[in-house]
Amino acid sequence: MKYIEPHAHMVSRTTDDYAAMAVAGCEAVCEPAFWAGFDRSAVEGFRDYFSQLTEHEPERAAKFGIKHFCWLCINSKEAEDVKLAEEVIALIPKFLNRPNVLGIGEIGLNKNSRNELRVLEMQVDLAAKYNQLILVHTPHLEDKLKGTRLILDVLKSDKRIQPERVIIDHVEEHTVEMVLDAGMWAGMTLYPETKCTSARAVDILETYGSERIWMNSACDWGVSDPLAVPKTALEMKKRGHLEAAIEKVIFLNPKNFLEQSPNFKTG
Amino acid sequence: MTKQQVLDLYFLDARHKLIELAAFLDRVERADGKDDFRLEAFRSALTKLDGKKMNKAKNVLLAFSDPTSKPIAKATVKGACGAFIK
Repeated sequence: MKYIEPHAHMVSRTTDDYAAMAVAGCEAVCEPAFWAGFDRSAVEGFRDYFSQLTEHEPERAAKFGIKHFCWLCINSKEAEDVKLAEEVIALIPKFLNRPNVLGIGEIGLNKNSRNELRVLEMQVDLAAKYNQLILVHTPHLEDKLKGTRLILDVLKSDKRIQPERVIIDHVEEHTVEMVLDAGMWAGMTLYPETKCTSARAVDILETYGSERIWMNSACDWGVSDPLAVPKTALEMKKRGHLEAAIEKVIFLNPKNFLEQSPNFKTG
Repeated sequence: MTKQQVLDLYFLDARHKLIELAAFLDRVERADGKDDFRLEAFRSALTKLDGKKMNKAKNVLLAFSDPTSKPIAKATVKGACGAFIK
């Protein structure tokens, strides 16, 4: 069955992963800018990374018939250094007219600090000024509840932000309801140990419905599974969900959200 | 799905996870030295499994969560440990 992988860090994955995703039915992959596993020492590191996301990675994906899109930002793990963040944010508009750029992301919070919050506000402002979609990373584990609340406060307080143009990612059972109630989209991340399993993601769908919700693997340089989305489709099938219901969650929902960007086109 | 279908599909997996959880508690209890806030949070979260109340997964997640609302002064680490230090 065809699907869209709406959140994957393919720069960290092997070419074999692209091949496996193509065989599994992946039509398009969307790659938010994220932390490299270490702090970059200067803004030039981000310039190179944004070039990789907008020039090299689309070519790599195209070899397997997969369309590649990306999101640009400085991630929250590197947002404690506000001066560096300001330099990166000043750089981003130079890349926004690249044909595979979908918006600003994954912005958000990591440890819920004052500087992270300040940089989040700066990037929400950037998205509003340039009329960009927003993809938000919510914090891990014990920090997620508080971080999600703080993020929603920032987004709701900026009247230029249209909630239907925002996806809040990495929701779990304790945060999904507040995101949907705010009128925003919710992303469930299928990631071992620290986020949702396939079974829990399907539980969330059965509890909260399938409107304004998608799922993604967020596969990266950690232990993660680039085939997590089709595997969760199989979980839905095992529970008796109809093919149309599965297609809605793994293809039509991400397509409908992402098509709000004029750059997103798929078959 | 019916309750029978859910049991057919998930019982063995859940049983396996419950035994792993019990073995973890045995392991930490027979180890030397002091435990910390994580075990306290874990035991608190276990109480959310009791009874027939709904939303057990949500309540377990809430038991591990930071309940405060103000941003911290500075991020001194990048990772999360899984339980809030009270």
